[in-house]
Amino acid sequence: MDLSIFKDYTIQIVAIGSAILGVISGIMGSFAFIRKQSLLGDAVSHSALPGICIAFILTQIKATEALLLGATLSGFLASYFIFSIVRYSKIKFDTALAVVFSSFFGLGVVFLTYIQKLANSNQAGLDKFIFGQASTFLARDLKMMVAMCIITIVLVGLFWKEMKIVSFDSEFSDTIGISSQKVGMLISFLIVLAVMVGIQMVGVVLMSAMLIAPASAARQWTNQLSKMIVLSSIFGAISGVVGTVISSTTSKLATGPVIVLVASVIVLISLIFAPKRGLLWRKLKFRNKNKEEYKVIE
Amino acid sequence: MDSIIRVDDLTVAYREKPVLRDIDLKIEKGRITAIVGPNGAGKSTLIKSILNLIKPIAGRVLIEGDVYSNKNQDIAYIPQSGSVDWDFPTDVFDVVLMGRYGKLGWFKRPKKEDKEKAERAIERVGMADYKSRQISELSGGQQQRVFLARALVQEANIYFMDEPFKGVDAKTELTIVNLLRELKEQGKTLVIVHHDLRTVPEYFDDVILLNKTIIDYGKVEDVFTDENIDRAYSIKREAVGE
Repeated sequence: MDLSIFKDYTIQIVAIGSAILGVISGIMGSFAFIRKQSLLGDAVSHSALPGICIAFILTQIKATEALLLGATLSGFLASYFIFSIVRYSKIKFDTALAVVFSSFFGLGVVFLTYIQKLANSNQAGLDKFIFGQASTFLARDLKMMVAMCIITIVLVGLFWKEMKIVSFDSEFSDTIGISSQKVGMLISFLIVLAVMVGIQMVGVVLMSAMLIAPASAARQWTNQLSKMIVLSSIFGAISGVVGTVISSTTSKLATGPVIVLVASVIVLISLIFAPKRGLLWRKLKFRNKNKEEYKVIE
Repeated sequence: MDSIIRVDDLTVAYREKPVLRDIDLKIEKGRITAIVGPNGAGKSTLIKSILNLIKPIAGRVLIEGDVYSNKNQDIAYIPQSGSVDWDFPTDVFDVVLMGRYGKLGWFKRPKKEDKEKAERAIERVGMADYKSRQISELSGGQQQRVFLARALVQEANIYFMDEPFKGVDAKTELTIVNLLRELKEQGKTLVIVHHDLRTVPEYFDDVILLNKTIIDYGKVEDVFTDENIDRAYSIKREAVGE
């Protein structure tokens, strides 16, 4: 392996950026996971596409800030639609989610084809938002990501007990004066923020994997929410760095998908080998139990 | 007698379908009151309306003459144990400590004193050996006792319980009954959704018979008559025994 890549400034920036993305999505992914809103991240990220396109059509330039603002707005609009449908109709959460995010994504693709027909040469590369393009990640973007990471950690730290109780027992928290609606909104807001931060790097299609994979791997190893969140951030950061390194040592290997694949490998290992919850451990326990019973019968 | 909770003309509906109609009710202070009625009678809905978890389409609830939000630190709620995900990554001690969160207020962390209260409550419900146990490893009865301990640390005056005896073992049932009596002796008010008609006279002072509307309420010996029970459960005498 050529170790000189670690000295490459661009790769350093990308590696640090994807590590921080891993931390943010590790934290908020844990909340999405325990609140059984794993698919919400998926819906929000897919729904970001029309926002990105509209922002481009309006500004005619490819400024990350404007595009991500558009992404955030349409992401929020989509989650508003989803929750409103659930609230005012008999349609269930998963159905509402599927309907809203596929129509938003479809609309996004339509806009994208429209933009590609425009004479504006700036449009080149806008489709990179679908699978992300880490190589466009700049030192300026890194600053924004660090800021988002600090905001997330500070807010989760401040509202730690509120977020925990609302996620565990929302009715009980309402009875003691901790509004599950307000705290739930804060959590959803931070999840959307995490998704938006990651879109540039891993794209709208794979961003939800960045949220859920580290969290579901972490859940296998611990029974405590605080430890789960720390572990999930570490898994996210490892996926980010390892994914960046692998993709930069191989030519024409997109960074985002590789990061997601590394995270998936961590999930696979955790599902099989984690003590107590792991498949292997449970199989061994089952076998020992059977042996004991067999002995009793003998 | 001294009523602590007043329900005036309460009507609750889920999507235009009325669940509770014209409920007028007074619950007496310092007594153990059962809410009894058939499935779908609106028993849980009634306590959730009193707890301000469900917004009624008409009527109001007053607790010591005040609205719920001004009284929420005086009230402890024990939901049905099936209402939460017991695979949540946390242990017994942590769940019980959550009972202190309301008193702590926003941003503040539990202090040593809060933790001691949680420890004592866990001992009181006979769960001391399970303090650090992951909650997914608990039996139904143990889950119920954890919720009971969480309510105890709230140091409330009024306790609402939604079917605390549902699916619990004999040991837990006894623990709960003894605790109810202890709390009553301390002057607390207890309101309990209950489904086992046989134990009503033994466990409760007062009873509310409910089937979408109030059938009757008051002292068990006055209200818990065969005639009233039949009315609440819509049983016609001739039909019994078929």
